[in-house]
Amino acid sequence: MAGIPQTPYKPSNKVLAWVEDRLPIGGFLSSHTSGYYAPKNFNLWYYFGSLALLVLVNQILTGIFLTMNYKPGAATAFDSVEFIMRDVDWGWLIRYMHEIGASMFFIVVYLHMFRGLMYGSFKKPRELVWILGMLIYLTLMAEAFMGYVLPWGQMSFWGAKVIISLFGTIPFIGDHLVQWIMGDYIPGDATVNRFFALHVIALPLVLLLLVVLHLAALHEVGSNNPDGVDIKARKDANGLPIDGIPFHPYYTVKDLFGAGFFLMICAFFLFFEPTVGGIFLEHDNFIEANRLVTPEHIKPVWYFTPYYAMLRVVPSYFGTAIWGVLVMFGAIVMLFLVPWLDKSPVKSIRYRGWMTRTALAVLVVCFVWLAKIGSGPGTDPSEVIIGRLLTILYYGVFVLMPIYSRIDATKPVPDRVTTHD
Amino acid sequence: MIKHTMTKFGLIVLTAALAVGTASAEEGEGLLASNSSVGNIAGLQRGAQTFFNYCSGCHSLKYMRYSRIAEDLNLSEEMVTKNLIFTDAKIGETALATIKAKDAENWFGKAPPDLSLEARAKSPDWIYTYLKSFYVDPSRPVGWNNTLFPGASMPNVLWELQGVQTSELAAAKPGEDAHIEKLVLSKPGKLSPQQYDETIRDLSSFLQYVGEPAALKREAVGVWVVLFLAFFTFIAWLLKTEYWKDVH
Amino acid sequence: MANEGVNHGRRRFLTATTAVVGGVGAITAAVPFLKYWEPSAKAKLAGAPVTQDISKLEMGQMLITEWRGSPIFIVRRTKEQLAVLPSLDAQLRDPKSENTAQQPAFAQNEFRSHKEHPELLVLVGVCTHLGCSPKYVGELTPEPFDPNWKGGFFCPCHKSRYDMSGRVFQGVPAPANLPVPPYRVVSDTQIVIGVNPEGAA
Repeated sequence: MAGIPQTPYKPSNKVLAWVEDRLPIGGFLSSHTSGYYAPKNFNLWYYFGSLALLVLVNQILTGIFLTMNYKPGAATAFDSVEFIMRDVDWGWLIRYMHEIGASMFFIVVYLHMFRGLMYGSFKKPRELVWILGMLIYLTLMAEAFMGYVLPWGQMSFWGAKVIISLFGTIPFIGDHLVQWIMGDYIPGDATVNRFFALHVIALPLVLLLLVVLHLAALHEVGSNNPDGVDIKARKDANGLPIDGIPFHPYYTVKDLFGAGFFLMICAFFLFFEPTVGGIFLEHDNFIEANRLVTPEHIKPVWYFTPYYAMLRVVPSYFGTAIWGVLVMFGAIVMLFLVPWLDKSPVKSIRYRGWMTRTALAVLVVCFVWLAKIGSGPGTDPSEVIIGRLLTILYYGVFVLMPIYSRIDATKPVPDRVTTHD
Repeated sequence: MIKHTMTKFGLIVLTAALAVGTASAEEGEGLLASNSSVGNIAGLQRGAQTFFNYCSGCHSLKYMRYSRIAEDLNLSEEMVTKNLIFTDAKIGETALATIKAKDAENWFGKAPPDLSLEARAKSPDWIYTYLKSFYVDPSRPVGWNNTLFPGASMPNVLWELQGVQTSELAAAKPGEDAHIEKLVLSKPGKLSPQQYDETIRDLSSFLQYVGEPAALKREAVGVWVVLFLAFFTFIAWLLKTEYWKDVH
Repeated sequence: MANEGVNHGRRRFLTATTAVVGGVGAITAAVPFLKYWEPSAKAKLAGAPVTQDISKLEMGQMLITEWRGSPIFIVRRTKEQLAVLPSLDAQLRDPKSENTAQQPAFAQNEFRSHKEHPELLVLVGVCTHLGCSPKYVGELTPEPFDPNWKGGFFCPCHKSRYDMSGRVFQGVPAPANLPVPPYRVVSDTQIVIGVNPEGAA
C-alpha cells in the first residue's frame, strides 16, 4: 500500500531465505496481507470481495474436472453431461458445485457492486478499481453466457440463438457478424466448440488477469470503508493508520468465518435444491437442444433477466430492433460512468441525504422488478408498460446523478471511523 | 448487530424482492399433486415394474443402466434381468426401447421420446397428471386424447389398469367451441381409482429417480456437509472473536 | 490496538483447532475429486467379464478374443502338447509359476489351467517384455528360432519364447510368464473371462 511503512520479511528457514534473495515472493505476499492496513470498521457488506475470490477458485477447480469428461460438440455435449451426472463417481457433485457456483458468483458480485455504490468506493482515487471491477463483471457475463450454452440443452441453444441474434441489429455488418460468431447459420457444432475454448481457457485467463489488476489497484490506494473516511489521514508515530488494522490476521480470520457461513448456504442449495426451483438451472435445459422445437418461454438465467426485460420492452423503430439492444448495453455502460456522474463531495451514503438514498433504493427496486419481468413471458401489456417505466427510472438514477448528488444534503463526515473507542 | 438504518433498509428491500421472486418461481399451474418421493424404495421398485411392463416397449431410458437400478433399488442383478429387461441387453447397459424410431414415427406420427429426464424437464406432478388425463376421443388417430397435452400421439397404455375415461363437455357459449369440463370413468379398470393413483404415483417416483439417480445419496451426504460446515463456521467464529478482541 | 492481556495460549489453541477442522474438511472435500478419476460405470461395463463360446475350438487350435482391451488367447491343447511340458522345466525361468502376479491361484500348476480342464489354456496375449502380441506356434517341429521347438508362443518383436503353458524361456528378454486372466469354465462350450471360479481365489 502506498505510503505505509513495511516490515521487511526475513525468513529464518534457509531454503525460503535463498528463494527470497532471488525472488521476493514472501515479502510480496507479506506486504499484501500482514502489511496491508485496512480500515477496522468493515461490516457485513465487506465479505463479498473475498467470497467472490472463493467462488472463482471453485469455478476453476470444478471446471477443470468437468472438462475431463465433458465432450464439446452438438452431438456429444448433452450426453456427456448426463454421463458425468450418472456414470462418473461423484460427477453429480462436481457438476452441481459448478452450477451453484455460477449463480452464487453473480449473487456475490451484485452485492459487492452494491456495496461500492453505497459507500462511494468508486470515487477518487478508486475510479480504476471500479472500472476494473466493471470489466470483470462484463467478462463474467460473457463467461457465464458461454458456459450455459455448453450443456447444449433447449435453453442453451435457444438462449444462444436469441442473444447472438442481437448482434444482427447492427447496421450493415449485423447479419455477417451473427454468422461469424456462430460459425454456422444457426448455433451448432462450431458454436459450442468455440464457446468451449473461450469458456475454458480464454475468458478465465482474462478474468484472472483482471482480478489481479483489480486487487493491485485496490492495494495501491487502500480500501474504502462504510464511513468513507480516509484512514491514511491519521497515522500514529510508526506511520501506520490509527483506524487501520493489518489484513492478516484480522480480516483473514474474519473472512474465514464468512466463507464458512457462505459455504453453508451454498451447501444447503446444492444438496437439497440443486436447481433452486429451476432458477439456477432451468427445467428446459434437461431437454436436448432441438432447433425445430421452440420452448414456450425462452429466458436467460436469472442474472441476465433485468437486462433481458429492458431489451424486450423497448419497441422497434424505423424497422430495426437495435434500440432495445442499445438500451440494454447502455444500462451497463451507465455503471461504468458512475465515478464521473457522482458529484458529491461525500463518499458514504451514511453522510448523504434523502435523494441519494432514494436513488439507490429505486435502483435496487428497478433491477429486481425488471428481473422478475425478464423471467416471465413478457406478453402482458401492463407489464410491458411497467417495464418501460422501470427502465426509465433505472436510467434516471444515473442520468440525474450529477444533479441530485450535487444538491443533496450532506452530513459532516467524521475525522475518524465511527467504530473506534 | 446491524447498526445503521440504511443497511437494515437495504437488506429488507433486497430480501422482500427476492422472496417475491422465488415464491412465484415454482408454480403448479393446474397440475395434480403426485406425492411422488424417491425415498420409498418399495415404491420405486413398483414404479420400475410398471415402467418396464407398460412403457419400455416404446420409451427408452437411454441414460439409465439396469445395473444402477439394481444397485439403487436393492434388487439383485438376476431379479432385474428376469423381471425388468425385455430386450437382449446386458445388465450393465442402458434401457433402450424395443420399438424402432422409424416404425414409431410411421405408426404414431412422432417417435416416443426418451424419458430419462422427463421428470426433470416437466416434473413428476406433470407425469402423474398426464397419466390421469387420458380420455377416449374417436377423432384422434390412436383413439385417445389428453386434457393436459391435447393432441398427444400416445395411446393410453394404462387403460386396462385405470379403466376408460370419457369427456363431459361444459355448455358451449355462443360462437365458441364446447370445452371439456371434466373426465368421467365410464368403464372401470382392473385397479380401483385409489390403486391406480398409487400405481402412477410410484411410476412418477420411479421416473423422478431415473431423472436424477444421485438424489438418493445427495440429501444424505448433504446433512453431514451442512452440519460439518456449521461446526466449522462456529469454530472459525470463535477464532475471529478472539482475535478481534484486539480491535477497539 | 491493545496488546496487553492477549491470551496467546487461547489463540494458539483456537488457530490449531480451526486448522484441524478445516483440514479435515478440505481432505474430505478432496475425496470426491479423487474418486472422480475412478473408471466410470461405462468403463466398468466395457471391462466387464466376457463370455466366450468355445464349442467350435478344435484340438491344437487357438482363438483370440478380447478382455479389458487386451487380446486373450484360448487354446485347446493336444495330448502331445501337454506331454512335452514337464521336459522343458530346466529351460524355463519360472517353471513352477512362482511369480504369483502372473496367474490366479488355481493356475499355479504345470499346465497353468483349471485342474478339471487341463487342456484349456487361457492367456493374456501380451508379451511380458514390451507388450507386443506373441504368435502361436503350436506344431512340435523345429523352428528357425529354436531347432528343438516343442510348441508354444514366439514374440516377433524381440524374439522372446514361451512354452505351451505360456511359461517364459531363459535367455530371452521377457522376464515373466504370459499372464493367465481370471476365468471360469461354465460348460463344455462356454468360458467366462474376467471372473474367478466360485469360491476359489
